[in-house]
Amino acid sequence: MLRYATLLYVQIRASLLLALQYRWDFVIDGAISVLWAVTALVPLTVAFGERASIAGWTFGEALLVLGWFTLLQGILEGAINPSLVGVVEHIRRGTLDFVLIKPADSQFLVSTARFLPWRATNAVTAAAVFVYAFRRIGHGPSIQGVAAALVLFATAVLLLYSLWILTVSAAFYVVKVDNLTYLFGAVFDAARWPSSIFKGALRLVFTFVIPLALMTTFPAQALLDRLSLPTLAGAIAGALLFAGAARFVWLQSIRKYTSASS
Amino acid sequence: MSLRNTVRAMPVILKVSFSEALAYRAEFMIWVLTTTMPLIMLALWSAVASEAPVGRFGQTQFTAYFLSTFIVRQLTSSWAAWQMNYEVRHGVMSMRLLKPIHPLWSYAAEHWAALPMRLVVAIPMAAIALAVVGARQLPSDPAIWGIWCASMAGAWLIGFLTGVTVGCLSFHLESSVKVMDVWFALFFMASGYLFPIVLLPSAIRHVVDWLPFRYQLGLPVEIMTGAYDRAGALWMVARQWGFVLLLLGLATIAWRTGIKRFEAYGG
Repeated sequence: MLRYATLLYVQIRASLLLALQYRWDFVIDGAISVLWAVTALVPLTVAFGERASIAGWTFGEALLVLGWFTLLQGILEGAINPSLVGVVEHIRRGTLDFVLIKPADSQFLVSTARFLPWRATNAVTAAAVFVYAFRRIGHGPSIQGVAAALVLFATAVLLLYSLWILTVSAAFYVVKVDNLTYLFGAVFDAARWPSSIFKGALRLVFTFVIPLALMTTFPAQALLDRLSLPTLAGAIAGALLFAGAARFVWLQSIRKYTSASS
Repeated sequence: MSLRNTVRAMPVILKVSFSEALAYRAEFMIWVLTTTMPLIMLALWSAVASEAPVGRFGQTQFTAYFLSTFIVRQLTSSWAAWQMNYEVRHGVMSMRLLKPIHPLWSYAAEHWAALPMRLVVAIPMAAIALAVVGARQLPSDPAIWGIWCASMAGAWLIGFLTGVTVGCLSFHLESSVKVMDVWFALFFMASGYLFPIVLLPSAIRHVVDWLPFRYQLGLPVEIMTGAYDRAGALWMVARQWGFVLLLLGLATIAWRTGIKRFEAYGG
């Protein structure tokens, strides 16, 4: 366990040193992060200009969902995407061999290979959205609400990561999947609205198949003290199940992998 | 690099580019599927309109609007900025410069050659839209559809020429793709991609009228959902083509100054 902590430290340090070479990116990435948050904010503002509440959510409450969305997008683009895009490249070129022969767990090594620290600017943007949201609502969150939301945030990260591992495992079977990143991002875009906006089949898909509701709507509901304990427990169980399935599929895929040159 | 040679070479270039698009069809379909935003926005706006219509937009009108947005986006999108950035950084650009045809023409040809593949997606979507909202939502005047064709050409040109202009920045900058990111975010907000422009407060709408974004997407969508009469549509398309000329000048200047700086990597 300690060995993996050291490994993680080394990998993050390498990414950080690399990022420090491109200091200007910090400013640019920060500006772009703010701009994208605004693009999500503008339609909400226009829509709530017409109505006081949409699908059971007021403007302030919907902003909480948007805050979680911005934060998770930062994690997806800063900590999950870069490493796993690297895996696809490894598989295509056959250089995954060099990762597999290293004396550490391969899933751990590929998942921590690269971070983009500047994407952390999304966290600042998200914090600003949260503050503004609670000012609109008029009161802050309760302690147990924050605690539940943080637990759900952890499950959301786990879910995102597991979904990504599942997607990347597809690269072992159909090699040309580098633009799956974009497809994944495009589907994740739907997580910016409270899930009750989606109707019928889409809502079921976004809760159980691609659990976007668990990632942004549930944490927002937790902050508003609207999430029941069974739902919380269900979300945790669901996330663990997803992670287990992802791990299983990864191990199966690795077993099937034959290096590109052989 | 005379115009005559370009015209003579065009059919072959189109054929080659089309085969290329066909060869990478799976990848291509994934790109098409990434255009989910109109549908995400449709979900939001249907929820807003579920109780009462917003302005002239009920649920049916929103459905017509956002499905049209999807179709227009499919047919007019441009990837020139990313492609040029890649080709400059990897030195592939030098191969393109060797060919006896102006690179900007070959980029344009590649975009046109992908159109049949895009139609494969756009036509079924149009059929769905027609089935859901009914033909009565569409303008019946053939002249309006003629103007719509001009607005589609203009919309594509605005996208392509900005793409080329930003792409030319990669001769000077490493991160020209990020400039495109900024443009894209502005495009999202001010083009009618996320909501019909008419829903904006009138003060902001006047600003948006003088920005190119609306003419890149919103205008064709508005024309095909019957927002204008003949004179109104013509006037808007005239403004659109004003932006096209402006951007044509900008792209030409950007290309000429950029190409002077280019030295092939490894060359």
